[in-house]
Amino acid sequence: MKPGISSIKSETLIIIGNGMVGHHCVEQLIERGAMAHYDIHVYGEERQRAYDRVHLSEYFGGRDAESLALCQPDLYDTHGVHLHLGVQVLDIDRDNQEIITSAGRQRYDRLVLATGSFPFVPPIPGAEGNSRLVYRTLDDLDAIRDAAVSARRGVVVGGGLLGLEAANALKSLGLEAHVVEFAPRLMPVQLDDQGGAALKARIEALGVGVHLNRATSEIVPGEEYAYRMNFNDGEYLETDLIVFSAGIRPQDALARSASLEVGERGGVIIDDDFRSSDPTIYAIGECASWNGSCFGLVAPGYSMARNLALQLVGAQHECFAGADMSTKLKLLGVDVGSIGDAHAATPGAKSYRYIDEANNSYRRLVVSADNSRVIGAVLVGDNSYYDTLLQYAQNGIKLPADPSSLILPLSDGAPTLGADALPDTATLCSCHNVSKGAVCCAIDAGCTDLGELKAQTKAGTGCGGCAALVKQVFEHELSARGVEVDKSLCEHFAHTRQELYDIVRVNRITRFDELLAKHGRGHIGCDICKPAVGSILASCWNQPITDPTLVPLQDTNDTFMANMQKNGTYSIVPRIAGGEITPDKLITLGAVAKKYDLYTKITGGQRIDLFGAQLHQLPDIWGELIDAGFETGHAYGKSLRTVKSCVGSTWCRYGVQDSVGMAIRLENRYKGLRAPHKIKFGVSGCTRECAEAQSKDIGVIATENGWNLYVSGNGGMRPRHAELFATDLDDATLIRYIDRYLMFYVRTADKLQRTSVWRESIEGGLDYLKEVIIEDSLDLAAELEAQMQLVVDRYECEWANALADPEKLKRFRTFVNDQRGDPDIHFVKERGQPRPARASELQLIPVTQEASS
Amino acid sequence: MTQLHTDNTARAVSWRPLCERRDLVADSGVVAWLDEAQVALFHLPSTDQGEQLFALENRDPKSGANVIGRGIVGSLKGELVIASPLYKQHFRLKDGSCLEYPEQRLRAWPVRINGDLVEIAEA
Ligand SMILES: Cc1cc2nc3c(=O)[nH]c(=O)nc-3n(C[C@H](O)[C@H](O)[C@H](O)COP(=O)(O)OP(=O)(O)OC[C@H]3O[C@@H](n4cnc5c(N)ncnc54)[C@H](O)[C@@H]3O)c2cc1C
Ligand code: SF4
Repeated sequence: MKPGISSIKSETLIIIGNGMVGHHCVEQLIERGAMAHYDIHVYGEERQRAYDRVHLSEYFGGRDAESLALCQPDLYDTHGVHLHLGVQVLDIDRDNQEIITSAGRQRYDRLVLATGSFPFVPPIPGAEGNSRLVYRTLDDLDAIRDAAVSARRGVVVGGGLLGLEAANALKSLGLEAHVVEFAPRLMPVQLDDQGGAALKARIEALGVGVHLNRATSEIVPGEEYAYRMNFNDGEYLETDLIVFSAGIRPQDALARSASLEVGERGGVIIDDDFRSSDPTIYAIGECASWNGSCFGLVAPGYSMARNLALQLVGAQHECFAGADMSTKLKLLGVDVGSIGDAHAATPGAKSYRYIDEANNSYRRLVVSADNSRVIGAVLVGDNSYYDTLLQYAQNGIKLPADPSSLILPLSDGAPTLGADALPDTATLCSCHNVSKGAVCCAIDAGCTDLGELKAQTKAGTGCGGCAALVKQVFEHELSARGVEVDKSLCEHFAHTRQELYDIVRVNRITRFDELLAKHGRGHIGCDICKPAVGSILASCWNQPITDPTLVPLQDTNDTFMANMQKNGTYSIVPRIAGGEITPDKLITLGAVAKKYDLYTKITGGQRIDLFGAQLHQLPDIWGELIDAGFETGHAYGKSLRTVKSCVGSTWCRYGVQDSVGMAIRLENRYKGLRAPHKIKFGVSGCTRECAEAQSKDIGVIATENGWNLYVSGNGGMRPRHAELFATDLDDATLIRYIDRYLMFYVRTADKLQRTSVWRESIEGGLDYLKEVIIEDSLDLAAELEAQMQLVVDRYECEWANALADPEKLKRFRTFVNDQRGDPDIHFVKERGQPRPARASELQLIPVTQEASS
Repeated sequence: MTQLHTDNTARAVSWRPLCERRDLVADSGVVAWLDEAQVALFHLPSTDQGEQLFALENRDPKSGANVIGRGIVGSLKGELVIASPLYKQHFRLKDGSCLEYPEQRLRAWPVRINGDLVEIAEA
C-alpha cells in the first residue's frame, strides 16, 4: 500500500467481487466523491474486470470480452481505486477486521460483499468435465466453446430463463440442442401452464428438443454420443455435452465461514441499509438476502449499490424496499415477459387470457380483485405489450374500462400508454433508477439527443429492456417542449389546428383571407392550410362550401362534391340514411346509373356508389337525384359519412330497440357536420352487434333499458375497438352526449386526425373525456351543444344549393370554352359494367367492346 | 390591357382568344380546350404582385389523368404552385416544373387577360 495515499484517507473500504453490482458500487462511489474519504480496494476472483453478464450470450454472437467490459480499462486507476483481479478472497477475519487472500492479509474498516451467485449443479452421479458445464462467466463460456468443438449434440438441464438462453447458445455453436426440465413446464417461475405450453411449441418449432417432467438420475458413457443421461422414468437421452442451468445459489461461502448470519435459502442476511449481522460488513447484489429473498436480477442489485454508495459517503439514501422481478427477454428469438404476480397468487386476483394456438402466442393479464389495477402479466410470443403493462403495474395506473384490450391483438401493434399518461415519478429505467422526471430534467437542461440523454442519465444502458420506452418518453417530452416536432400547420400559419379553430370561433372569422391576413403569412396559403381552414370554417359556421370565398379552399372532392377517382372521373354517393331505402329510390339510382352509364357498387356503409361521371355530368346527375328526393351523402367530405344499422327490434327476433329509427335520426342530425376527419356511426339493435358499431367513431348498441354509447372505434388501416362510454342512455341523453363528444373532437383534434387517434392522444384518456362530456368538468357542455345545434340548424344539401346557383354551376364544366367531354377518358366493360380502361387496353379495345377477363 | 404573365413574352408572339374572363374562378383553376390540348387556367386576382394568370397543361404526368386544373392553388417558399389533386405533388405556376419530381414537368403557355377575354400565345 502506498503510505502517501492511505495517510490522507481516513478509512479503508474493501469490496469483494468485481461483478456487475460490485462494479456499479465503485462507479457510484467515485461519482459521489468517496475517494476523498476512503482508500478503496476491490478483489475479483475472475480474470476479467467487471463485464456485462446480462449480455453474456453475445460472447457467442461475436462480441469479445473487452467489448462486454463495463468500464474503460483505466477507470479504477485514474481514480486511485486498487483493483486486484484474479484474486480470490479466502476468508474474513472479523476479529481483526482483515481479509485473507493467497497473497496475505489486508485490514478493512468497512467491507462490502458483492460476490454474486454460483450455478447450482444437482449432485448427479457421473457429472464431470464436459457433462458438468455451467453458464455464468466468460470462462464458463470458453469451456463450453471448447467442448462444442468435437460435439454434435448438447443438452441443457433446466428450462428456466437462463437454461433457454444456454440452449440458444448451444444452437448458435452449431449443436443440436435439447432442454431437460424437471417441472411440467418451461420457465416454471415466470410462466403459467398455458404460457409454458406456448413457449414450448415455439421453441420446438425452432428445432430445440424440449423434455419436461424429467429428472436425471445418472450420467453414464453413451453409445452414439459421449454421454447418456438416464432419467428416473426409465427414458434416456444421449449427448456430447451437458450444461447445468438448474438455478443459482447466492455465493455466501465467505459469510458462512465468518459466521455471519445467512438466510434459510442462503444469502447474506442484510437489513434495509444493506448491513449484515456485523455492522462493518455490508452485502449487495445477488449474494444478499433481504427479507428472506435473494434477487437474481441486475436492477435490484444496482439499486442496492447506489444506495450503499450514498450511505458510505454520508449522503441521504433510500432504504431497500424489495424489488420488482418483472422481466422481458428474447429467448431463442421468442419474446417472453413476466410481470409482478404472474401466477395470480394475490387473493381475489382475476385473470384475462389471450391464447392464440395458431401462432403460439399467449398473454395473461392479472388484475386486482376490484378490477382496477394490473398486478401481473405473462407474455409469450410478443413483448410489444410489455412496456405498457409494466407501467400500468408499477404506477398503479387505473385500468381501462375493458382491461382485456391491453392484451388483445391490434393490427397496429400493441396498445401503448401515451408517454404523457405516466406520472413524473414513473420509473422508466429500473436498472439505473431513472424516472420520467429525470428525463424531463435532462431535456430542460438542454439535452436534445437520445444518445446524449443515455450518456447523461444512463437510462436504457442497464439491461436495455426500457430502451423503447425511454425513447418514446424522450421524444414525447421534446415535442411537448416544441423542440423536435414543429406543430405549425404549414408555412403560412404558425398555429396548430386547435389554435386556429379557437381563433376562428372567438374572433368570428368567416373567411380564409381574413384569417390569413390577421393570423398568418403571405397572400395565398397552400394545399395544407386551405382545406384545414375550410374544414374549420365549415365546422364553426356551416356555410355552403361552394360559396365563392370558400371554393378555393376545398380539395377537389369538396369543390365538386364528388369523389375523384384515378382517371379523373368522379363517383357519387347519395345519402341513404341508416341504409334504409325505398324501392322507388332504388329504382331511381338504377335508372340514373343506367342513363349515364355509371358503374355501381354497394359500399361498406350501406349506400350505393355510382362511378365514372365526368365533371360536366355531375349537375345533371344530381338534378335527377334531388328530384327523386335524394340529398348529398358527403362521401367526399371530412364529415359524417354513414350511420350503419341493423334492422333491430322492428324485424329481428333478438332486437330490443329500433336501431334503424335511431340510425336515421342520428344520421339526419349530424349529416352536415364537417370535422377534422371523416366520422362513421353504427347502431345495433342488441348486443349481437350486427351493425359492427364497435368499429365506428360512434357506436350505439341497444340495451333493454336504452342505449350503450361506444366511442372512438375505427376500422380501416388501424382498427381499434370502440370504448364503452356510457350505458343505458335514453334517446335525449344519447344525443346530448354525442353532440358534446363530436363538438369537443371538432374543437380539439389535429387536422386529419380520426377520433381514435385523437382519443389516444388525449392526456387523461377516456376518464378525462367522460369528465368533460358526462360530468361537464370544463363547464363546456352547454356551449358544445349550442354549437352543434347551430351546425344542425344551418344544414342545407350542398348539391341543392349549388344547383340553384348558375354562378356555382359554372365550375362544373370539363372545358369552359367547349361542350365536349374529356376525350382521354375511356371505359371498357367488365362483368356487365364500365370500368376505366388500363393503359395497355387503350389502343386495343374499342370503347363498346367487352373486355374478356 | 393588362399583361399579366410576362414570362417568355419578350419575343413577339401572336395572341389568340381562349375563353372569357368571366369563365375564370378566383384563386382556383378552370380548364380550356385548345386544339386537342387541355389548358388549365389559374387566376389569382390579388397576389403580392397584383393580379396574375397562369396556363399549364392539364394532364397530370403521374396519373395520366387530366386533372391539374382541379388542384389547389398555393404558395410554397415564396413560389406559386398548384397541387395535383390525385397524388398531391406540386407544380410551379410560372413554368410547370415540379417541386418534388424534377422529371415531371407541365407545359406552360403565356396567357393574358385582355378586356373581357383570356388570350393565350403559342410558346
Ligand atoms: C447468461 C446470463 C443472463 C442474464 N440475463 C439477465 C437479464 O436479462 N436481466 C437481469 O436483470 N439479469 C440477468 N442476469 C443476472 C445478472 O447478470 C446478475 O443479476 C448480476 O450479474 C448480479 O451481479 P452481482 O455483482 O451480484 O453478481 P456477479 O455479476 O455474479 O458478480 C459477482 C462476482 O464476485 C466474484 N466473487 C465471488 N466470490 C468471490 C471471492 N470470494 N473473492 C473474489 N471474488 C469473488 C465472482 O467471481 C463474480 O465475478 C443474467 C445472468 C446470466 C449469467
Ligand atoms: S344486432 Fe341484434 S337486433 Fe340487430 S340484427 Fe343483430 S341480432 Fe338483430
